[in-house]
Amino acid sequence: MAQAVRRVAIIGASLAGLRAAETLRSRGYDGALTLVGDERHRPYDRPPLSKQVLHGTWTPEQTFFRQKDGYDPLALDLRLGVRATSLDLRAKRVTLADGGWTDYDRLIIATGARVRTLPGIVGRPGLLVLRTLDDAVVLRGELERARRVAIVGMGFIGLEVASACRSRSVDVVAVELLPVPLAPIVGPAVGEMLVAMHADHGVDVRTGVTVTDIYGESRVAGIVLSDGSRVDADVVVVGIGVVPNTDWLEGSGLTLDNGIVCDGAGEAAPDVYAAGDVARMANAWHGDFPRIEHWTNAVEQGVHVAEQLLGAPDRGTGFSSVPYFWSDQYDRKIQFIGRARPHDEMLVVDGSVAERRLTALYRRGDRLVACLTVNQPRALIKYRKLLASNPSWDTAVADVTRSGH
Amino acid sequence: MKVVVDLSSCDLHGLCVEAAPEVFEIGDDGALRVLNETPSDDLRAKVDKAVRECPTGAISVTE
Repeated sequence: MAQAVRRVAIIGASLAGLRAAETLRSRGYDGALTLVGDERHRPYDRPPLSKQVLHGTWTPEQTFFRQKDGYDPLALDLRLGVRATSLDLRAKRVTLADGGWTDYDRLIIATGARVRTLPGIVGRPGLLVLRTLDDAVVLRGELERARRVAIVGMGFIGLEVASACRSRSVDVVAVELLPVPLAPIVGPAVGEMLVAMHADHGVDVRTGVTVTDIYGESRVAGIVLSDGSRVDADVVVVGIGVVPNTDWLEGSGLTLDNGIVCDGAGEAAPDVYAAGDVARMANAWHGDFPRIEHWTNAVEQGVHVAEQLLGAPDRGTGFSSVPYFWSDQYDRKIQFIGRARPHDEMLVVDGSVAERRLTALYRRGDRLVACLTVNQPRALIKYRKLLASNPSWDTAVADVTRSGH
Repeated sequence: MKVVVDLSSCDLHGLCVEAAPEVFEIGDDGALRVLNETPSDDLRAKVDKAVRECPTGAISVTE
């Protein structure tokens, strides 16, 4: 390293930010380490928010990665409840909303993403989203009283909220713009399976429609759909995706294009790194600069940038990772590894869509590009390993035949 | 080091099996098994990776 690193600032008290901090300390970095987060909470885990927290089996505190005294060994200057407002690359300074700032030798940006909202719709009580711990606590409280919930967007968050509602015997109407929810991600067959599963659990599914208005003045009373129908609801949950938190970086000189564009080391500019949902890091496995919103990606990139920043022996080694996510709905665990595109061919190699227990492989050209399992975790492990080697489709299918599926 | 898995938290993501196949496997019964509860120090980096990548925080290591 040309000069000693004595001050590292991490913006975003997130999973990626925390894993970066932990990695810096475990690799022997003993300089100043500032971790800034815009929420008042210590870093917490998001997947349980739409699962255990909504189901009421976990308290909010159980989502914290570390308890308060768990931060002592990290020796952090932990600044919570304060937003970063601007970055000055030349002065190497991040300005904060409380009037303070933090100067750095190396900077890691892990500011994540925020929910997309319905355009032109004014916020009001009962109109909710689910992204943060505070969101989850509010939604959970509402579900305790709700009789009927309208869910706008049948992505994974929407479907997990639907599952939580039904487990509480709350009526659900779920609305989706696409004819088949999630079809671009998991393919139409699995998308249709998910619709059927939710319908069997009593969800009123409305696909191919959009929300044109929300009614109820002092509090939501329902939604109006593009087919003209009205759906009365005590609570409306909007889950239509997220946008990266890069507003504060406008004009900083970083390349922003649906996230912070960075190289395979995670470097977006000299001494400035990005990780997690906000980053578009060059990914050798992908062959491009994907922005990935998954849990494991946040861990891997947080660790990767910390190692690169310290001048790891493999400095300059590009990031390479096969994306992975999972979703729990009712008694089903859906796991997906790889990256499918809308026109990839899917082949069920074990189980069946009808059983809602299956292993499916996705083909693009002559390559295996993804694997989806429903309640078959062992198969997923096998294909995770195989996918990392960028295998040919013939190899993958021959392997299925050999193992006697 | 000693590796302990809280099987009640284990959600079978299998990331530990990929990170440290010498230490973790999913058995024929579909449950996670610790193959070696006291791995040698040369497996430290792999075990640490398994710990930090476990989505349910089910793995812990004591000295």
